[in-house]
Amino acid sequence: MSCCAPGAEMALDLDRVTSVLPSSQEIKLASRSLGDDIRQTDLSVPAVHCAACIQAIETALGKLDRVEGARVNLSTKRVSIRWRGDEVPPFVAALGRLGYQAHLFDPEVGEKDRTLSELIRAVAVAGFAAGNIMLLSVSVWSGAEGATRDLFHWVSALIAIPALAFAGGIYFRSAWNALRHGRMNMDVPIAVGVSLAYAMSLYETINHGDHAYFDASVSLLFFLLIGRTLDHVMRERARTAVNGLSRLAARGAMVLRDDGTRDYLPVGDIEPGVQLLIAAGERIPVDGKIVRGTSDLDCSLVSGESTPRTVALGESVQGGTLNLTGPLTIEATAAAKDSFLAEMVRLMEAAEGGRAHYRQIADRVSALYAPVVHLTAFVTFAGWMAATGDWHRAMTIAIAVLIITCPCALGLAVPIVQVVAARRLFESGIMVKDGSAMERLAAVDTAMFDKTGTLTLGQPRLVNASSIDSAMLAIAADMAAHSRHPFSRAIAGCAGFAGEPKVESVSEHPGFGIEATAAGSTWRLGRRGWAGARAAGESRYGGTVLTKDGIIVASFVFEDALRADARAAIEQLNNARVSVEMLSGDTAAACGEVAATLGIHHFVPALLPSGKVEYIETLAKDGHKVLMVGDGLNDTPALGAAHISIAPATAADVGRKAADFVFLRESLSAVPLALDVSRKAGRLIRQNIAIAIVYNTIAVPIAILGHVTPLIAAIAMSASSLLVIGNALRLQGFVLAAVTRAPSATRSGIRASVHPS
Amino acid sequence: MTTLVYLIPAALFLGALGLSGFLWALRSGQYEDLHGAAERILIDRDDKPER
Repeated sequence: MSCCAPGAEMALDLDRVTSVLPSSQEIKLASRSLGDDIRQTDLSVPAVHCAACIQAIETALGKLDRVEGARVNLSTKRVSIRWRGDEVPPFVAALGRLGYQAHLFDPEVGEKDRTLSELIRAVAVAGFAAGNIMLLSVSVWSGAEGATRDLFHWVSALIAIPALAFAGGIYFRSAWNALRHGRMNMDVPIAVGVSLAYAMSLYETINHGDHAYFDASVSLLFFLLIGRTLDHVMRERARTAVNGLSRLAARGAMVLRDDGTRDYLPVGDIEPGVQLLIAAGERIPVDGKIVRGTSDLDCSLVSGESTPRTVALGESVQGGTLNLTGPLTIEATAAAKDSFLAEMVRLMEAAEGGRAHYRQIADRVSALYAPVVHLTAFVTFAGWMAATGDWHRAMTIAIAVLIITCPCALGLAVPIVQVVAARRLFESGIMVKDGSAMERLAAVDTAMFDKTGTLTLGQPRLVNASSIDSAMLAIAADMAAHSRHPFSRAIAGCAGFAGEPKVESVSEHPGFGIEATAAGSTWRLGRRGWAGARAAGESRYGGTVLTKDGIIVASFVFEDALRADARAAIEQLNNARVSVEMLSGDTAAACGEVAATLGIHHFVPALLPSGKVEYIETLAKDGHKVLMVGDGLNDTPALGAAHISIAPATAADVGRKAADFVFLRESLSAVPLALDVSRKAGRLIRQNIAIAIVYNTIAVPIAILGHVTPLIAAIAMSASSLLVIGNALRLQGFVLAAVTRAPSATRSGIRASVHPS
Repeated sequence: MTTLVYLIPAALFLGALGLSGFLWALRSGQYEDLHGAAERILIDRDDKPER
């Protein structure tokens, strides 16, 4: 069997970046003290998924010395560990032995979600009040008279007070905020309607009136809060899923003082001029210059270059690159806040133009809706005043108009569709960070793709394994297993580990390759000129070779594999009338090959991060709505500048944070799927708004003519809400159809090659 | 009418009891890991109370 059968090596590739374990100093820096010498560390463990995982992790960690207890949270895929003492117990290693990758995450995101608990509490209070008031209202509707009715109204009024104060507070605050900044949102008519309905009902109750609308004002809040809570839960789930991915920026670094002592400092405390020790496998925290050592750097996240760069004494290195093979000592040339990574964040923030001005469709509708409704109510009041001169009657009818038009259906119309759509995308491994993201995605007409890491996987793969002598491949794999270099990993992953290692005294020569002895011969795996130039027989050998005593015995050819379904995804985008282009920091030759195999007609190579932003901004000026799909640090400003952005889960931290969508699976078909769902969601939202408006055109005349009783208001509002929810649920059917129509996850056989530098 | 004097307070009290029970459960963190709680019933604890 060919070991490079499609899919076989993917599992091995997964640990590319995440296998860099956080050091114990880093863990200590990230832990927080609980007092009494006990500290707590929260780790993200994305692989946890069942009861057996929970038990294995909690038992294993509980057995460690100085660990007080461990608790797995399966919903957020985290484990929190309480431990004693100064030394960090080896829990990351223990998790690693069980087969779970663990990583630290930003402490700020570990905070409890206050908004969610407030929303759930509000729903509970509103639900309690709505249920009880409805119970009393039904008695009134079924004929309670006189003192009984007054008693019921008074009890209702009392129950409604805490509900309005607590549950309604969310809407009152939001409406007040909007008004104070001169804006209008959906919460303004809701707040006005609810509070006026309550005030009028109270007046009626005091004056022994027939009609009180306590049930309407509280059940309205209850329904709207349910929609808002679902919306929040969905978004929160996406956010924690995204935050649970590995954190790529270094949190701290080992500083070498002038007197030879070493100190682990947080990245923020590193000043220009200090010397830093960077072990193989660590990320370089700040920009610097190499003062000792030679190594290979993985720059794929920073510059988009797919091949590791060899660096030596005196060369400058950028923060965010990954040190692959040899230990380095660098002198920091910039503080973290002036380093490449921070520079990218600044560029991104500066570029964030189109998004800030975007107004959601719900807000645009409410900007028109609220004045019309309030004007109608006012005109009704004026009309009845003129016709009858009875101000009490005119007031009652005007408020009934406000209650009946209170945008229950309209308030639910948008969030409920977004919740259903986000849920469908979540099930396909796509996270939606923001409700407006789907609206913006639905409008795009141009898609920009980054090359390395987005269209391709950014990981080399051995292509000529079948033509290499299996004995040679086994020796090469034994040697390669000792190195982190991507090419070594590709070789090691390809051959698997069959039997005992046969090689001895393996040493890695950063920038060149690996040397080992076996059976009295010296073997070298690495760069051609270093390992040996003389070929036995043939002369057509590539850049990476295996030599035995200086004679080439095997050569290895690597390629950067395309992401699964890349070609199909681009075809689907073209069919959806979206023009596809490629922007890359890589060379024109490398870009050309990928573009040709994928059928992309237009690409721009060798772009700097600011160049990508400029390109997108030029398109935006011409009226195009641009979608940016990218993963690197160098794409981050472009992700911010585009109308809408999508990043794969393997993207750099800041990139993932900047993107509106993050897809977790390897297949690029996530992009057309997200577009498809967004467009359908957009259509449903417009339908829902139309339903809400039709409902109003029927209900408002009845209200203006003074025929609305609390019973009619309750029935009309529930009916319109149910209609809107039912319409939103149709999205499920749509998407299922779309999934079965989409081509199955076939891996495209076409590949682009990577030439070793 | 007289029955209402104690029926309404009784109904409200029971409702409030349920509400406060829910709020207590929410505050004590029982809703923080619903997925995990569903799976945990499958774990055998070898008769040892949890620490």
